[in-house]
Amino acid sequence: MNGEAAWQDALLAAALLAIDPAGLGGIALRARPGPVRDSWLESTRELFPDLPWRKIPQTVSEARLLGGLDLAATLKAGKPVAQAGLLNECNHGIAVLAMAERCQPTTAAHLCQALDRHEIQVEREGLSATLPAAFALLALDESVESDEQLDAGLAERLAFHLDLHEVGIRDLLESGYPLEDIAAARSRCNAIECDDESTRQICTLCLVLGIDSPRASLLAQRAARAAAALAGSHRVSETELEIAARLVLAPRATRLPATEEEEQETEAEPPPQEPQESEGEQQDPGQGEGMQDRLIEATKAALPEGLLNQLLQGGVRRSSGRGGKSGQMRRSRSRGRPTGTIQGVPRSGARLSPVATLQAAAPWQPLRRGAGDPPRQLKVQRDDFRVVRYRERSESTTVFVVDASGSAALNRLAEAKGAVELLLADCYIRRDQVAMIAFRGETADLLLPPTRSLVRAKRNLAALPGGGGTPLAAAIESAAALATSLVRRGGTPNVVFLTDGRGNIARDGRQGREAAREDLPAVAALFRESGVRGMVIDTSPRPGSAAAELAQQLDIDYLPLPHADASQLSEAVRAASL
Amino acid sequence: MAIAYPFSAIVGQDEMKTALLIAAVDQDVGGVLVFGDRGTGKSTAIRALAALMPNIPVVTGCPYHCDPGSPTPGLCAQCENGGKDFKTREQPMPVVDLPLGATEDRVIGTLDLEKALRLGEKAFEPGLLAQAHRGFLYIDEVNLLEDHIVDALLDVAASGENVVEREGLSIRHPARFVLVGSGNPEEGELRPQLLDRFGLSVDVRTPTELDMRVQIVKLRDEFERDREAFVKKWKRKDSAVRRKVEKARAQLNDIDLAPDVLERAAALCMTLGTDGLRGELTLVRAARALASLEGKAEVGLKQLRQVAPSVLRHRLRRDPLDESGSTTRIERALEEVLDPA
Repeated sequence: MNGEAAWQDALLAAALLAIDPAGLGGIALRARPGPVRDSWLESTRELFPDLPWRKIPQTVSEARLLGGLDLAATLKAGKPVAQAGLLNECNHGIAVLAMAERCQPTTAAHLCQALDRHEIQVEREGLSATLPAAFALLALDESVESDEQLDAGLAERLAFHLDLHEVGIRDLLESGYPLEDIAAARSRCNAIECDDESTRQICTLCLVLGIDSPRASLLAQRAARAAAALAGSHRVSETELEIAARLVLAPRATRLPATEEEEQETEAEPPPQEPQESEGEQQDPGQGEGMQDRLIEATKAALPEGLLNQLLQGGVRRSSGRGGKSGQMRRSRSRGRPTGTIQGVPRSGARLSPVATLQAAAPWQPLRRGAGDPPRQLKVQRDDFRVVRYRERSESTTVFVVDASGSAALNRLAEAKGAVELLLADCYIRRDQVAMIAFRGETADLLLPPTRSLVRAKRNLAALPGGGGTPLAAAIESAAALATSLVRRGGTPNVVFLTDGRGNIARDGRQGREAAREDLPAVAALFRESGVRGMVIDTSPRPGSAAAELAQQLDIDYLPLPHADASQLSEAVRAASL
Repeated sequence: MAIAYPFSAIVGQDEMKTALLIAAVDQDVGGVLVFGDRGTGKSTAIRALAALMPNIPVVTGCPYHCDPGSPTPGLCAQCENGGKDFKTREQPMPVVDLPLGATEDRVIGTLDLEKALRLGEKAFEPGLLAQAHRGFLYIDEVNLLEDHIVDALLDVAASGENVVEREGLSIRHPARFVLVGSGNPEEGELRPQLLDRFGLSVDVRTPTELDMRVQIVKLRDEFERDREAFVKKWKRKDSAVRRKVEKARAQLNDIDLAPDVLERAAALCMTLGTDGLRGELTLVRAARALASLEGKAEVGLKQLRQVAPSVLRHRLRRDPLDESGSTTRIERALEEVLDPA
């Protein structure tokens, strides 16, 4: 899709959201910060005049998000006074989630619950309340690498997924929709008719595009209804279904609508061009599958040109980096097990311990109380404030870097895979994570993003490729990159190389041992700089100098294990990481 | 309070609905864990269940809504000392949400801040565990729950009693509740100790049939457009379910076991190598609750077969190198034990 069309779609999505904000959930916007995103935000904001518009920073604390005890007011009033959280303040308005791809899992979970229920339940610090929180969310996703993506649960609840990367300043010709049109459409929206046939088409399209969640169909239906209201019509027609397919369904597609139906197509009757025809056929329930096929054809025909290409691109991006954002890797410092209190001011995420504060204030009361003060009133000073201290284990992540090259690869891969799964099987006890990078041919790929989910690990490890050259330098580079990003998120990586240490592909893809060796010092320095612990497990049948040398260069341990099986491997790694 | 989607209007997901109803009929089955894909109505079903809960008799004025018919050790200190002549009233069975981000003090209970500030009095303010006594405690995204909250839950769920020793308070009160959790396995695994507290576990999958999906979208859409009218429309069906649960609760203890049910349940657990006796006990309990729901006078092999996957799925010893899922393993064992060739 070219930039201009993408921009028009972005404006349309904003208008539709303004028509049915609670129903459509919101917009996930992939764009770099800059004038394009700013002008989109600006024109979107104009659609929500006089409504709350709150920015939720990536570093938001749970206390601020949900609300809690208002300390000053509580002491003044002599009874607990609640302070509204951000989610509650957003009620009836818009919440803008900045750097959504770095959003913490708990923040995402709270947003999801608020989007589902349009209210939040707060059980904190002696307060218990259910507060309204009906808002639409704009998730600003600035991710460039595939390992950072918007939380899947959150993305699923937002109707529109836009990508403004292709849009340049030149494309910003069109301006937004007039406010009066949107207000008029809003009042009409709920009464718009969406007949069974249209609903069926949406659901069929979801199946064909490999979209599992029923939420997608619901959001598409609502988007179509909002689009019909905006167009001033009374029922959802093919045009609106097209809009819904383009804005809601296409970005969610996980496969192209060609695959399975391709073979049947040759036998199927020519697809009807007009949707009216398929509606006519609905009255004849006798023809089960034939009608189904034609329906798929009809919906396929309804997809705009170029969508398939876009699907292909979008689909590939999605499948390569799916996951990586869920899991519990990013925990804020204000979580964990409370381990007593310490004097301090409740600020920057620190949580006040009301009871300890009162205890600290108690002995001073007779001294502080003046003659005229009422006897029951407590005098609490800043020195009395006690905040809760937390102890949080830094999560460790074992990163396997597996040599998948050459003939022995299959064997080693199976062992490494077994070790990963064995480690995972007990990692939920230790609350640790496992990741895996495999290198072969010319590249090193992140096969398994850091996870503690056995389900996901099994799925990702099911088909491991093997064979080809040994791009050792590339492997060290990706391991260092992954390790650094883990450290940045507050984790402790532990990198385990399974290789014979004999690289033969250089970083730029050149072949030959010499070329490969030239690259090593540079990437090894990069790895050492990250200061990450780890080990090299020598998997060659005759342990030799190459792997030992590699370990030395990387400044990590060396362990020859020529005939290791999965359990031996996992034992060795476990022993080393404890 | 937002209007909940009616239970009877949930399309498909029969295993989940049955498991929830079983827990509603016999609370001693243990909790229900619902794990599965996004957007499959996990939370919807559990919140809908709240509307179907029967009324229970409680002691008037008791903060823990004690059961007037309970033997003395099962009561809170206040009711225990108050003699036997309680005033009683009826109230709906509590269904309490334990939201993510709940703090420990709100979960287990803490010093009543208002009384402490205003009157200088040391009083206990019951937490969510007290509220959930004799009812359901629901945790959405259970696998994201913080560790120290899980620890607090584990002990109480096992002992049925909440002991609070903090902030100068020393309180114990009964807290027997059905733990209901939901989550997405991709977000992480549950700790085995917590997993063990759930009596039944259900795997929910996205429906792949077109008709079913169309039906889901249609009903949900109707609900979103006019919630009140929709709930009214389904009221009769929901009441039917509610009556069914009430009846099943009443006749639960009159249901006999068919002669070989116990043996088959034991054989099934042995074949699958599940740890301990809890699997067998839960199998029989769940099968009895199901028979009661179905209006049967006797628990037969049919009920056993139907509940087996939910009861045993999370109790299998995990073998990370076995590719076949636990459901398949149970199916195999069921064939082996129940239909010997």
